[in-house]
Amino acid sequence: MFYREVGDFKTTYAADSQTFPIAFDRVRYYFVLIVAVLLVPFLIDDYWSNAVFVPLLVWSVAAIGLNILTGYCGQISLGTGGFMAVGAYACYKLSTEFPDLNIVFCILISGAITAAVGMLFGLPSLRIKGFYLAVATLAAQFFLVWLFNKVPWFYNYSASGQITMPERTIFGLAVTGPNVEPWAQYLICLAFVFGLAWAARNLTRGSLGRQWMAIRDMDIAAEIIGVDPLRAKLSAFAVSSFYVGVAGALYFSVYLGAVEVTEAFGINQSFLVLFMIIIGGLGSIFGSLVGAAFMVLLPIVLRNILTRGLNWDTALATHVEFMVVGCLIMFFLIAEPHGLAQLWNIAKQKLRLWPFPH
Amino acid sequence: MNSSGSGQKAIEAPLMDIRNISLRFGGVVALEGVSFDIAEGEIRAIIGPNGAGKSSMLNVINGFYTPQLGEIWYEGRRRGSIKPHNIARQGIARTFQNIALFEGMSALDNILCGRVTLVRSGFWKQLLWWGPAEREETEHRERVEQIIDFLEIQAIRKTPVGQLPYGLQKRVELGRALAAEPKLLLLDEPMAGMNNEEKEDMCRFVLDVGDELGTTIVLIEHDMGVVMDLADRVVVMDHGELIADGVPQEIMNNQDVIDAYLGVAH
Ligand SMILES: Nc1ncnc2c1ncn2[C@@H]1O[C@H](COP(=O)(O)OP(=O)(O)OP(=O)(O)O)[C@@H](O)[C@H]1O
Ligand SMILES: [Mg+2]
Repeated sequence: MFYREVGDFKTTYAADSQTFPIAFDRVRYYFVLIVAVLLVPFLIDDYWSNAVFVPLLVWSVAAIGLNILTGYCGQISLGTGGFMAVGAYACYKLSTEFPDLNIVFCILISGAITAAVGMLFGLPSLRIKGFYLAVATLAAQFFLVWLFNKVPWFYNYSASGQITMPERTIFGLAVTGPNVEPWAQYLICLAFVFGLAWAARNLTRGSLGRQWMAIRDMDIAAEIIGVDPLRAKLSAFAVSSFYVGVAGALYFSVYLGAVEVTEAFGINQSFLVLFMIIIGGLGSIFGSLVGAAFMVLLPIVLRNILTRGLNWDTALATHVEFMVVGCLIMFFLIAEPHGLAQLWNIAKQKLRLWPFPH
Repeated sequence: MNSSGSGQKAIEAPLMDIRNISLRFGGVVALEGVSFDIAEGEIRAIIGPNGAGKSSMLNVINGFYTPQLGEIWYEGRRRGSIKPHNIARQGIARTFQNIALFEGMSALDNILCGRVTLVRSGFWKQLLWWGPAEREETEHRERVEQIIDFLEIQAIRKTPVGQLPYGLQKRVELGRALAAEPKLLLLDEPMAGMNNEEKEDMCRFVLDVGDELGTTIVLIEHDMGVVMDLADRVVVMDHGELIADGVPQEIMNNQDVIDAYLGVAH
């Protein structure tokens, strides 16, 4: 089967702006969707759910969120971990204060609360840019983690300082808590990823997305063609933080079940998400998913090859993992800032011409 | 046609009246008591030697610089302190002397950006996409495609603008300004650095915009031939001051203008 646009003419502009312009891509997309919904839930076990699928999906949401802010709107943030913590603690407080609140709403409201907090910390972006903004968001990161450690109200005065998610159900089915089935965990995360990726795609292909990109590429020119920088930047912070907040809520409630803020939402997580979008591709929703998958799978694959296959020492394998990630970051920053998503596009371009390159 | 007119607009009032504008940067005087008007539907050229203050004048008009003195009257009303993005909403669009395109986007997306002031769908509609937002996007796309046809840049619509040659970038930038359907279009040296053929194309575009859309145009240009062909009236500036204002014929024969261009001290 040829990978072609030929014979696949776009007769309407709406068709031209669809997500998968080439029929073969659409077919593959539906294939992935069918596998994800109809096959994986029946095969998934504890290991695959905990080690691969659930973290992959949760980090995908966070990566989409950061990509909206950094990849689309050009505002660097090192506060992702802190904002995830806001989502997680909001989810905890909501579910303990309002036990009857449905977990889905609980997670969405946590996202909304994080959006508000994100907007607040986004205010400096109206005055400062680039490096200075990165430092400001870094301050937000440390401040938020400190806050959740310091104020016992946030962890309901528990002795350990940890927060633990009570069991919550959807249609009588546990999706959080100790009795949760792997496939239920997986499906709720998948539903969030699907809905949020779709929404992000819609926002970024329309006028708001173009406003964000205009601000990213040249803020002065954007302002002069009629983009309100205040609204564009704050909306990017709000939407981005919503996603990151939802990711934090899922990470805490569905994935880990219990967290300690310094460990779960530290600066390392901020960098992890940043690496995901750099490797996956800045300014691409698809790239966010690919980057998240890459950063989740790479350590597992490497560890399996190095420790199981080659019988290396675990510590050594961990160091090698750091080095590989470091080199990849440098490679992508220097050679391909649009990441794996762009490499994928280039491959597709080549394939479009294949086997007649001229 | 325009329902926003409050009836205040005097019939004889020009589209824009610039009164006694002075602008300083520290000790540097960029503009000194400049006054002129821009009539509806005309092509108004601004000429003058380098550093005369021409670009600064455009920056004042679209609110990017705030003058220390002077008033701007637009559509019969005095303009108070107002942000550039709101000035864009009042129907003033421009191109830049040094191209200011959005490098990360395709030519098509750049031009679509120009329609930002005309977008009606709010956040939630855009998020949903289906229905109103998609229909609206198609409308904008159709208008933009007309502009792309008009500027004869069909072949490059999906090309990232950073990869385009200079002449085409200038065209895309004009397209972005036109996409806003402005009443007043400010063009800062749209033909600078172009060869003769490209210049002729650009002249044709400028004339057509004026004729077909009735857009009022302010044009900064160094090429006197171009100015004499295109402009209805010409403002001449030197050292931040206005030294002559009139139809091209008068300007050609004005002694002050000849002196300024020959560099005679005065
Ligand atoms: N942002 C600024 N800060 C300081 N000085 C400025 C600024 N913008 C313009 N100027 C000064 O104002 C004066 C007029 O500059 P302007 O760019 O308006 O000239 P111009 O007529 O457009 O010249 P050119 O033909 O070279 O484009 C110059 O002396 C310039 O140095
Ligand atoms: Mg200039």
